[in-house]
Amino acid sequence: MAAPHPETWLKPTPAGLHCIPGDFYIDPVRPVDRAVVTHGHADHARPGNKAVLATSETLAIMRARLGERAGGSLQPLRLGEAVTINGVSLRLVPAGHVLGSAQAVMEWRGSRAVVSGDYKRRPDPTCPPFEPVACDVFVTEATFGLPVFRHPPDGDEIAKLVHAAALFPERAVVVGAYALGKAQRVLALLRRQGYDAPVPLHGALLAMVELYRSLGVDLGPIEPATGAKREALKGRIVLAPPGATSDLWARRLPEPMVAMASGWMRVKQRAKARGVELPLVISDHADWDELVQTLKDVGAPEVWVTHGNEEALVRQATLMGIRARALSLIGFDEEEG
Amino acid sequence: MIRFAHLLDSLLLTPARNAKLRLMEEYFRSVPDPDRGWALAALTGALSFPAVKPAQIRALAESRVDAELFRWSYDFVGDLAETVALIWPAREDTATNFPPPPSLSEIVTGLRAATRAEAVEAVARWFDFLDATGRWALLKLITGGLRVGVSARLAKTAVASLGPVEPDAIEEIWHGLEPPYTELFQWLEGKGDRPHPGEKAVFVPLMLANPIEPGEMEALDPAQYLAEWKWDGIRVQLAARGGERRVFSRMGDDISGAFPEIAAALADGTVLDGELLVVRGGEVAPFNDLQQRLNRKTVTAKMLAQYPAFVRLYDALFIGGDDLRPLPLRDRRARLEAWYAGASHTLFDLSPLIPFASWAELEQLRADARSKGIEGLMLKRRDAPYVSGRPKGPWFKWKRDALTFDAVLMYAQRGHGKRSSFYSDYTFGAWRDGELVPVGKAYSGFTDEELVKLDRWVRNHTVERFGPVRSVEPGLVLEIAFDSVHESARHKSGLAMRFPRVHRIRWDKPAREADTVEALTKLKT
Ligand SMILES: [Zn+2]
Ligand SMILES: [Zn+2]
Repeated sequence: MAAPHPETWLKPTPAGLHCIPGDFYIDPVRPVDRAVVTHGHADHARPGNKAVLATSETLAIMRARLGERAGGSLQPLRLGEAVTINGVSLRLVPAGHVLGSAQAVMEWRGSRAVVSGDYKRRPDPTCPPFEPVACDVFVTEATFGLPVFRHPPDGDEIAKLVHAAALFPERAVVVGAYALGKAQRVLALLRRQGYDAPVPLHGALLAMVELYRSLGVDLGPIEPATGAKREALKGRIVLAPPGATSDLWARRLPEPMVAMASGWMRVKQRAKARGVELPLVISDHADWDELVQTLKDVGAPEVWVTHGNEEALVRQATLMGIRARALSLIGFDEEEG
Repeated sequence: MIRFAHLLDSLLLTPARNAKLRLMEEYFRSVPDPDRGWALAALTGALSFPAVKPAQIRALAESRVDAELFRWSYDFVGDLAETVALIWPAREDTATNFPPPPSLSEIVTGLRAATRAEAVEAVARWFDFLDATGRWALLKLITGGLRVGVSARLAKTAVASLGPVEPDAIEEIWHGLEPPYTELFQWLEGKGDRPHPGEKAVFVPLMLANPIEPGEMEALDPAQYLAEWKWDGIRVQLAARGGERRVFSRMGDDISGAFPEIAAALADGTVLDGELLVVRGGEVAPFNDLQQRLNRKTVTAKMLAQYPAFVRLYDALFIGGDDLRPLPLRDRRARLEAWYAGASHTLFDLSPLIPFASWAELEQLRADARSKGIEGLMLKRRDAPYVSGRPKGPWFKWKRDALTFDAVLMYAQRGHGKRSSFYSDYTFGAWRDGELVPVGKAYSGFTDEELVKLDRWVRNHTVERFGPVRSVEPGLVLEIAFDSVHESARHKSGLAMRFPRVHRIRWDKPAREADTVEALTKLKT
């Protein structure tokens, strides 16, 4: 008997992508009985599921973010290990997106589908790298699914940041960075370049940075920015969530120069519109070249494209001779980039 | 080119004027001639190249990238230059001994000598050796208009700080200078003499008025002010000096090509300020008629006859070679009247002064003046000299009250320049028989924050896309302010508005409660 095509057993539904024989959902957007969660970002890890299966790091992040509502029962699965759920074999494989992030590799009756969640291909000191897995259907994100998005080497961007702080000793450089993943990566990259000054953090970033440290990720010295003297913040690199860089909070800083660490910063007019003076193109999502390379690496004859600029990636896959379609899954947020 | 590209990039993203000055000063100090001179020319709009058309640039990109992928990308980014700069694929062979990126001088001199076709070829060659920011800067150069929030004046102010000299000292000699301005930099750095100011028909930045509200007049003495009608045409400067004759727009664009008869009518040594109108049989024609002549490089004899241009003069900067700018307005006006009486004119008249004794009397005159071609009143201090820019106090404009009505957003289009990644141009409609009929377009009146919200609303309520335009659900009410509304056969609604702008965004108001075409018709002048 020929292996069944994944479209017969893996279906987009209003609650999310449903594995029918296993009766579980991947990153459901509505509460379900059984959820497999690829990573801890709010648009993937939602509250209220009865049972949740994820890496132990993702579960820890969910507990920190959601408390009781993280799920009825939380089942950790080690990267690379497999479990069988109603005859479906499920394995979590590193996605290289943020700490704990994983691809869900599902196999049923000899047919294999990989739901990659969010991913990137370049090295990240805070999490293990993406591993391509050969499959029949590859489900990919497309946040930066346009050929205008090419992230430069992150070291160059961090060098710009360090340079700006040195050039303006009377100002503070406040970097907008998402609380989960981006803030920790920026810290780790700063340390790689030998920047060893303590980094003042906005209060909303402290908990997640602490969690990363408790899970063994070294991020160097940090301190709360709140309560620090204005004078003491001159010439410093300060981290804050993106929304805080332009609001009242930032006014406590000496002549703040607003920087933003995001793949969207590649488009100057976007940076300009957000009042960003120092755009840093640092992203936890694959850029165009990484997306295209990944399609080659997994060698799937068919890809399903979700969240982001699906149309262009579908076109590119088609040009590469791969069957491709856009999955209309709702509820994913392109803002976090 | 790399230094210049970084300068443009920083200028674009740096909001503060002083920080922009610092960036430019630092550039002019550290970059050698002739590169810095070409940069100054670019920043002051003094460079012109064979105009490479947007379609050619797009074609260039499509020679390297799939057309459909290009289209999706352009749709997202919004700005053609930026899309092309970002999408240009890296050369496969860049790892092995490629030449260094071209310098700004190499690019500028190359472009100045090139035909249009050669320019496009050169651009493709340079693209391979520049990064995305370099390509973006190159495209800004060749498509004209850097749009990085730097006026010619600000660039000259930055150069002046090299001296240091006053920015006006640069203005005085500016029209005698040619890029790359080596003698200017020599002088500022103490290595050469002050360049000699030439005599040319150059644009003198206009003196502009501040708006005034009725209550604010009480503090002013009516006897110190002259009143004139505010004409509904376009402000122009007519300049005839050093054997050259030019018509300049309000922003200093040379529009002589569109109005050759006006340019030809002045005697040398004269610079006048006035309102350009189309006047037929002594009557001011609608603004639309004037628009037929604008934005043309040349005009046909038929257009000259069909849309006769005319200038209503109100001020004189130079007459008979004398610089009148330091004189008080009453004396300039006397010189203007004497000059006017000295010859017969068919293309000019003088903007009449309106006699008035009190502000109340003037207010009555303004209220009655809903006639053709009048936008409101101008008040000018009798003793004020002619000062370029918008000085506070001497000149006021007192516009007729704006009208408002509630419209429903129908279509949104991506804007230009810094708004190019946002849907910022709005077509709105009014109800007629249960259907929305488009009645106008607005591009302004909202803050940057409101723009972000409007853009998000448009993206989330899109019904259909046609290229850069999206049609949206009829769900958002915009309160539109406008100066007047006229009959127009060219619009489906039968109406055309003057100066519509978004007055308020009525997030709270249900679309079905917006106004009707009939209600708008009642506001017609
Ligand atoms: Zn994510
Ligand atoms: Zn996501």
